[in-house]
Amino acid sequence: MDILIFLILFPLIAALLMLVLPNGGLRDSIVKISAVVTAVASLYLFVTTYGNGLSFYTIGSELTGTLMIAIEVAIALFIIGISVKFKHYLIAVLVAIQTAAILYAENFAVSHAALSQELFLDEFSVIMALIIGIIGSLICVYAVGYMKSYQDHHKEIKDRRPLFFFLMFLFLSAMFGIVFSNHIVWLFLFWEITTLCSFLLIGYARDEIAWKNAFWALLLNTLGGVAFAFSIMFILLFSGNAEYIYLNNLIAAGPAVALIPAALIGFAGLTKSAQMPFSSWLVGAMIAPTPVSALLHSSTMVKAGVYVIVRFAPVFEGNLIGIMISLVGAFTFLFASAIAISQSNAKKVLAYSTIANLGLVVACAGIGTQEAVWAAILLIIFHAVAKSLLFLSVGSVEHKKHSRDIEDMSGLIATMPKIATMMLIGIAGMFLAPFGMLISKWATIHAFVNALPPFGMLLVAIIAYGSGITVFFWAKWMGKLIEVRTKSEPLKKEASGQEMTAIYALGGLTVITCLFFPLISSELIEPYLGEVYGTASHLLSLNNMIIMIMMLVLIVLLPLSLLHFGKGRTIKQQYMCARPTGADMSFSGSMGIKKDLEMSNYYLEEYFGEEKIAKAGNLLTIIIIAILFILAAMILSGMVMFI
Amino acid sequence: MNIIENIPVYQLAGAILFVILAPFIGAVITGIDRKITARMQGRVGPPVLQPLYDIFKLFEKENIVVHESQNFWIFSYLIFIIVTGVLFFAGSDILLVIFALTLAHVFLVLGAYSTGSPYAHVGAERELIQLMAFEPIIIIAAIGFYEITKTFDTLGILQNSVAPIILMPGIFIGMVYVFTIKLRKSPFDLSTSHHAHQELVKGLTTEFSGSTLGMTEIAHLYELVFLLGFLFLFFGMAAPVIGLIALIVVYFLELLVDNATARIKWQLLLKSCWIITAVFGVVNLMALYFI
Repeated sequence: MDILIFLILFPLIAALLMLVLPNGGLRDSIVKISAVVTAVASLYLFVTTYGNGLSFYTIGSELTGTLMIAIEVAIALFIIGISVKFKHYLIAVLVAIQTAAILYAENFAVSHAALSQELFLDEFSVIMALIIGIIGSLICVYAVGYMKSYQDHHKEIKDRRPLFFFLMFLFLSAMFGIVFSNHIVWLFLFWEITTLCSFLLIGYARDEIAWKNAFWALLLNTLGGVAFAFSIMFILLFSGNAEYIYLNNLIAAGPAVALIPAALIGFAGLTKSAQMPFSSWLVGAMIAPTPVSALLHSSTMVKAGVYVIVRFAPVFEGNLIGIMISLVGAFTFLFASAIAISQSNAKKVLAYSTIANLGLVVACAGIGTQEAVWAAILLIIFHAVAKSLLFLSVGSVEHKKHSRDIEDMSGLIATMPKIATMMLIGIAGMFLAPFGMLISKWATIHAFVNALPPFGMLLVAIIAYGSGITVFFWAKWMGKLIEVRTKSEPLKKEASGQEMTAIYALGGLTVITCLFFPLISSELIEPYLGEVYGTASHLLSLNNMIIMIMMLVLIVLLPLSLLHFGKGRTIKQQYMCARPTGADMSFSGSMGIKKDLEMSNYYLEEYFGEEKIAKAGNLLTIIIIAILFILAAMILSGMVMFI
Repeated sequence: MNIIENIPVYQLAGAILFVILAPFIGAVITGIDRKITARMQGRVGPPVLQPLYDIFKLFEKENIVVHESQNFWIFSYLIFIIVTGVLFFAGSDILLVIFALTLAHVFLVLGAYSTGSPYAHVGAERELIQLMAFEPIIIIAAIGFYEITKTFDTLGILQNSVAPIILMPGIFIGMVYVFTIKLRKSPFDLSTSHHAHQELVKGLTTEFSGSTLGMTEIAHLYELVFLLGFLFLFFGMAAPVIGLIALIVVYFLELLVDNATARIKWQLLLKSCWIITAVFGVVNLMALYFI
């Protein structure tokens, strides 16, 4: 248990240290050391608890409970204060309601439950801890180099790097808290800390638009917070057994007890994981410096949202509440992918694809069968590695090219070959067979066909269309990267040492997770499913696994063919219809006028325009969520046991 | 665990036969295709084996490229088209087959992009739109097979006692509709066609010549056989003769459409394919629950 406490407390201590250290070599070194320690500690956790299954830990002191409440109130007061100052009264009201609900519930009921198993650990928590510990730390290392050039580029923004690194490490600490908490009030506290951290990080630049987006994120996440608080109130006041304050007891009790809390927490998860209609906050969060985006997207914030939904997946299995959650996810996948087609801003494409992928995770979790949860966890893992790699690469390219537009990345493979190659690996990981995400998509389809009819078929149809859409926007981006028109020399230095370290490490991790996913599956995911569902079955047949690995090996070997194809070729210029005027591919137009050649990708805005699609998606998901609450109300009023 | 023992002999045979025979079968089919097309246009047409002669000739040409890397992408394309067919004829998971096919086409598109040529660029973009138009129905077809036969393995689907076509005629219609895209025939020959005189010169393949172009041609032959095999699954061993006749009829229809229509814009292609997929494919899929 020491290691659990260490993982929560160490980043916290590092965070406090960051707050006081001035900019300079000392802080940079301490960031790196802290990152390494966190990463190693999460690996140590994996090694030492390997094969232990589910285990519980307790702090066993009344004092911690009081301390928790004190922190909760302090956070609430801070948020209320700042919201009032900036005239966002709705947030203040929501936070007041949420805090009142929690305090009321705790006051009346928490004393009945003996403090015995506040923290827990199983394979799922270990997977999450590895994602947070390794990827989160790499992003912190990257941030050292990135934030330095960020401040050099943005002279107008006041240097608040001590606060920045404080928040980054605090975020990691809170995330460890979320995945280790068995006591739901503790989980809620850490949940609130992540909301606060993301709010302050999004508002890092402190200009008008940064504040606006930060408050928007805060508002939507507070909505989720209120639902979460009501869920806790429901458990404490209505479930009749104080033991249900522990996640494991609650989930084991099944839908008859846990369905209402699960629906409420599921709703909170939807807001945090930026599902439609709440997706706009994550898009707005792009205003923050790139390491923040990477952190939010890959190892923290949104992962916390899907984490709780996947935790509650067994409760959702085979009932309509679960199906509604699933439909929100599936439609989010479809609509967010469609919007990604019309975006040329690289960070926005990444944002929408995150929203889409999390949609797929939510869709799986809502189905809640063993196979679906297997797919969901795989999706989480692959998304975390590939997406962080992509964000960091885009961030570094942006600093060199002064643009985050995909159109400006034309021929990047020639000018920044190292980062471009890493980007290609990341993109391939996001959608191509036999790489990570595609294995998960394959598993997702397998899971959906067996879901509650006729919803299973609807989900499958959604995924069929969504799949085609994903291919389109990723492939055209890859195309831009390798589209070399004229010979050009590569840059001497593509990014700072810290940045390149993080990017290479994540590129390596992407390949490693793809190669070793059968091991991840058999050693971590399947044991977890065995505990939760009581049966252990191999979800990936040996034959299919061999095929996927053979395909992967083939792709790794294919570049060797370049040795052959590079030789003995006559190099000619591109065919320009007999009208070229020079090596720059300009051509002569009518009346002898020289025209420059412009090549740009299709964005099909007529069909996939952001505004139009987002409107439709939001409307549809709002209706589904309304149905979700109506169903919940029906169960609550005793009209039906559970549907 | 002995892996070799797990692979029955006929699965191995299916894979090997595909690799060896598919180009010849494909070449003969395209040869007959050219002959019939010529007759429809009042010409005599080339010998049936002309597609093979063309390919042999391409491999004797000088190797001209814009960038060294382009051949690598096209080689990968060819390899993965073969992998697709091998997986299919070896009876493995049909979803993996579809994903391998998508991967192959992404390689082709990347090959076109890598040349940096304006004509190839537009061709590549259009090819992606075609991929996007084609993908939904083929996944829906795979799910349809699963619903009827309760297996994703092509071998299991093939051996089903009832011909799937009886329960999924709508999906079959959808498949036949988008089949034109894969045959690169009019009205869906947007990204490249067998003729060089279109508005994009030769689109996707503008910058490919010699052996590189030869590789794309071979890939096309492999893909043709694979796609006909996919359509044959709708009939399976329950109605093999009817299946063969249906394939001939479908292919003849494609020729007729090819010769009777002009190229359409990508907007109409995408819209019509998706709508046909929704109307015939998705509705059919939903209906499977009630049968």
